[in-house]
Amino acid sequence: MSLSINKTAESHPLTWCLREDEQPVWLDEYRRKEGYVGVEKALAMHPDEVVSLVKDAGLRGRGGAGFPTGLKWSLMPKDESMNIRYMICNADEMEPGTYKDRLLMEQMPHLLVEGMIIAAHAIKAYRGYIFLRGEYVEAAENLRKAIEEAKLAGLLGKDILGSGKDFELFVHTGAGRYICGEETALINSLEGRRANPRSKPPFPAVSGAWGKPTCVNNVESICNVPSILNRGVDWYKGLTTNGSSDCGTKLMGFSGRVNNPGLWELPMGTTAREILENYAGGMQEGLDLKTWQPGGAGTDFLLPEHLDLPMDFEHIQKAGSRLGTALAMAVDHKINMVSLVRNLEEFFARESCGWCTPCRDGLPWSVKILRAIEHGEGQPGDIETLEQLCRSLAPGHTFCAHAPGAVEPLQSAIKYFRKEFEAGISGQANNLREIRGIQPNQQ
Amino acid sequence: MNQPIKIVTVSDDSDDFVLSDADAQAIEHEKHHYEDPRAASIEALKIVQKRHGWVPDGAIKAISDLLGIPASDVEGVATFYSQIYRQPVGKHIIRYCDSVVCHITGFEEIVTELEKQLKIKPGQTTPDGRFTLLPTCCLGNCDKGPTMMVNDDTHVRLVPSNLANILEQYQ
Repeated sequence: MSLSINKTAESHPLTWCLREDEQPVWLDEYRRKEGYVGVEKALAMHPDEVVSLVKDAGLRGRGGAGFPTGLKWSLMPKDESMNIRYMICNADEMEPGTYKDRLLMEQMPHLLVEGMIIAAHAIKAYRGYIFLRGEYVEAAENLRKAIEEAKLAGLLGKDILGSGKDFELFVHTGAGRYICGEETALINSLEGRRANPRSKPPFPAVSGAWGKPTCVNNVESICNVPSILNRGVDWYKGLTTNGSSDCGTKLMGFSGRVNNPGLWELPMGTTAREILENYAGGMQEGLDLKTWQPGGAGTDFLLPEHLDLPMDFEHIQKAGSRLGTALAMAVDHKINMVSLVRNLEEFFARESCGWCTPCRDGLPWSVKILRAIEHGEGQPGDIETLEQLCRSLAPGHTFCAHAPGAVEPLQSAIKYFRKEFEAGISGQANNLREIRGIQPNQQ
Repeated sequence: MNQPIKIVTVSDDSDDFVLSDADAQAIEHEKHHYEDPRAASIEALKIVQKRHGWVPDGAIKAISDLLGIPASDVEGVATFYSQIYRQPVGKHIIRYCDSVVCHITGFEEIVTELEKQLKIKPGQTTPDGRFTLLPTCCLGNCDKGPTMMVNDDTHVRLVPSNLANILEQYQ
């Protein structure tokens, strides 16, 4: 049973103007509901003041990594002669278990357009792209319509609302591949290349799309901006609960075999238990919670005892995981962890772009071992090989965060559920010849 | 393993392919959204595929000429992205989500039933050319899984018993 939620602009800045009938909110209605007031306020300010405001508000990136949005904006070059700059929205939502940006783009396209205009003003970009995954057909249609409406109303294009600010915005749709969500891979993809991540530094703020200063922000991060402009820093900071050090609200959810899987806008710091029990209605009849991922496929598993943690970047990290996208997934006691992790690693192996060796070769290797263990054909030493892979694919060994994300669920599943892995080891190392220095592995 | 290698002769239409005027215009239009025409390469492939169903060799050459980039670069892009098909596909493309939440909510039963009804395995096309069955990563409907897309339509809360009705809609 879900709570009946009384949404107001003060308490639910992201979702309060959603319609009951789940139809998109178009321009007239959006403007009646305080829409584009943020743009008016932003355009009256100096770009640097907008950056400071968002920095002071404490908004952290909602795409998973949690990098402070205002800080990212402030990294754009101060050199005014670098006047071709790009504002890119990362709308390539493909993290397994994540379904938040879809809702915002399908039903509140103008909120994203408004946020993009403010962001473009802040970083002095003249052109912007919404990099949208190809499968989000309805989101593409609604965003394009919203952009047309905004153009006609003088909110996009030349001299926006008489401010002298120019900004044009395009929807760029992708053609698959999870790796496009990595910001430098996304830039390569936007340029019409294979989506291989780029070496950093230089960071996109210095050299991004076509070598120009570029800022890439997640959909939800950008959607937080209009209300910060509209209602101010103190209000935004005051939205949180349970003494969370983070600010604002967050789209959070629970999926899996729970009674009412879904998505809700909640204060940062709401406990996972409250989301699972009060909003998602608890586990389905006859099922017990065994473990959960707090925010997407690339986050470490946590146990039921961690449910009372406030959902924010700091607390979830202290428990050994990451807040990620804050869309949690419940795993019930009937799910075998080896099968579950095999599914996760198959995903990461398939979606590896193939650019660097540890990821391209390490992930399929882990899948091979996990499949063997799943079928009870694991060999002694297999679990140790998996643990070795977790170390070899850790941060710092690869170009991007794909492989480090991939091993987070693997390492935590072995840590908490080692017995299930051991049960798949057949006990006999037949057909094996140990070679010095190389881990034995044979299917 | 150890199966005799079958030599299949594919009709090579690379010389026959002609980019339609409408598609060429659409690609030209896309080019102006970017600083560099190369950026339109993925959209160009999608434009060709929309009309043709898949991307034949001749289209790679035509796009490379239009954008002024090497054909090998267009091919590199075409083979990287999972939604660009470099071989013929069915009239309708079924993309089922095989990611982790759908693993929990039971996509495997759905695939088994699809395989049974269509008599093909994932990655294959029915002999009548009606359906191609492909896995895809998370479709962002985790609260309504298991889920799949047929062409541009999203189907949620799938149960094996209802699949025949869904497939029926795509003749």
